[in-house]
Amino acid sequence: MSTIVYKKTKALNDTQFHYCPGCTHGIIHKLIGESLVELGVLGEAIGVASVGCSALCYKYFNCDVQQAAHGRAPAVATGIKRVRPENVVFTLQGDGDLASIGAAEIVHAAHRGEKITTIFVNNAIYGMTGGQMAPTTLIGQKATTAPEGRTEEHSGKPLKIAEMLATIDGAKYVERVSVHNPAAVRKAKKAIKRAFQCQLEGKGFAIVEVLSTCPTNWGMTPVNALGWVESDMIPYYPLGNLRDFEEAK
Amino acid sequence: MAKVLMKGNEAVGAAAIKAGCRYFFGYPITPQNEVPEYMSKELPKVGGVFLQAESEVAAINMVYGAAGAGARVMTSSSSPGISLKQEGISYIAGAELPCVIVNMMRGGPGLGSIQAAQADYFQATRGGGNGDYRHIVYAPASIQETVDIMMEAFDIADIYRIPVMILGDGMIGQMMEAVEFKEYVPRELPEKDWATSGTKEMKSPRVVNSLYLEPELLQEHNVNLEKKHKIIEEKEVRYEATGIEDAEVVCVAYGTTARVAKNAIDDLAKEGIKVGLIRPITLWPFPHEAFDKINPQAKGLLTIEMSMGQMIDDVKIASNGRWPVAFEGKTGGLVPSSVDVVNAVKKMIGGAK
Repeated sequence: MSTIVYKKTKALNDTQFHYCPGCTHGIIHKLIGESLVELGVLGEAIGVASVGCSALCYKYFNCDVQQAAHGRAPAVATGIKRVRPENVVFTLQGDGDLASIGAAEIVHAAHRGEKITTIFVNNAIYGMTGGQMAPTTLIGQKATTAPEGRTEEHSGKPLKIAEMLATIDGAKYVERVSVHNPAAVRKAKKAIKRAFQCQLEGKGFAIVEVLSTCPTNWGMTPVNALGWVESDMIPYYPLGNLRDFEEAK
Repeated sequence: MAKVLMKGNEAVGAAAIKAGCRYFFGYPITPQNEVPEYMSKELPKVGGVFLQAESEVAAINMVYGAAGAGARVMTSSSSPGISLKQEGISYIAGAELPCVIVNMMRGGPGLGSIQAAQADYFQATRGGGNGDYRHIVYAPASIQETVDIMMEAFDIADIYRIPVMILGDGMIGQMMEAVEFKEYVPRELPEKDWATSGTKEMKSPRVVNSLYLEPELLQEHNVNLEKKHKIIEEKEVRYEATGIEDAEVVCVAYGTTARVAKNAIDDLAKEGIKVGLIRPITLWPFPHEAFDKINPQAKGLLTIEMSMGQMIDDVKIASNGRWPVAFEGKTGGLVPSSVDVVNAVKKMIGGAK
């Protein structure tokens, strides 16, 4: 008799992802879904989709979702959570959405200590619109709006969101993780689950920045893209916990 | 209930709470600050939530989230702040969420002034956000009427799943008048079976959304919105019309300027000049039907606004070439006087251009 050792989380339905081959966004969906199920709160979850590749996430989650305007997911999540404090509210946002157009909303959601959980997918580029430069694009990295590569003189240095938000008192859980290899995925899962735990315990705002790949817009094979996360992204965006609600007491 | 003397902005808040509004998201801007101030004091007493957002942009998106979660929710602002809310209003209309938005208009464009104006008519009735959408616009002319409309606005928003705007001005917001709060009697309202509340792993997931990537589906969505708009145009038009069947001239004015027009009409009556008034109470849907009752031999229509002339476009559409349409207005925070209106009417009767 065969035994099931692995199956897809019930937090995801059977709709095929629109994500490009080699994109790690799908893994992040899985980790969010598994965390909600393991914490027993899938039925209480209300997600907020943003604009960018994550815009269509409402097609995949087996929970209620509101689709927000570009950058405004933390404000929408605030509205939901203030009306329904008993629900578990999370946003799924990319780096164009969160770090650029939605910088004010994320800073103030953290500042108010909104009891929401943000999963921030940082792939250092605008994916959905076709590879334009993001605030998180690395120095020297080419983008369709930085054809010769980003320079500090012209565009400044890439924005370190996790470090920035960790300076805000209302942010009770801040961690940067990656999903470029199985060990990293396991750590990412732990962090995402803990970010939801932070909300369940009513501690305050929680965010997990997840370094993610964009082989299509980076112009790389999926394997090379995973390698680039390790060789180029992690040295600039170091992984690790920046704030935990236990120590924040 | 006995009458109480109240400032317009505070009366807005009191009426909203009486009508069951429990959530308010806003941002400070003159001349509407008494609305959020009142709500910050009163909402917690009834178990509600007042939250001062980091911007008008954030505030309207909090309204989106709260409305999508099934709450009775509102925001208020004044002209430049309402401009910032336009993105959110378009999304709210697109996602078919109910909410109430108050605009106590001030002078523009840009930072303009903090004095009363009516220069946001285009924005309110045409939509400052993107796409084929509409929202209902009420233009009360007194604090009593503001209160009465506020009490109904949430129900109307729920019935049609549409944003409802109360378009006042700095004058309506800042002045004090005696008001009577009638008992709120809710209409029969549809169940909010679309609101996100968590599936409890029993219901199928609900999605609040304005994104339709397939062209056919987006067109179908727009066709359905338009059907709803047609029903609103049939059922929700409101206006006051007086003395228009035998008038020599008919004034058309809303809100504060309608009050000025009424004074001028009384003065002209004493001189034996018959002047009627059409006062749209809904700016969208615009009361086109009122114009069919105007004396066909009238010499013309006079639109009076605290702007350079915006509603006059709708008056021309409604008159459909049947009468000449003239304009009298002041802007920048100035209010036309009844003498201005009297002179403008006399000019029309005298045949001058």
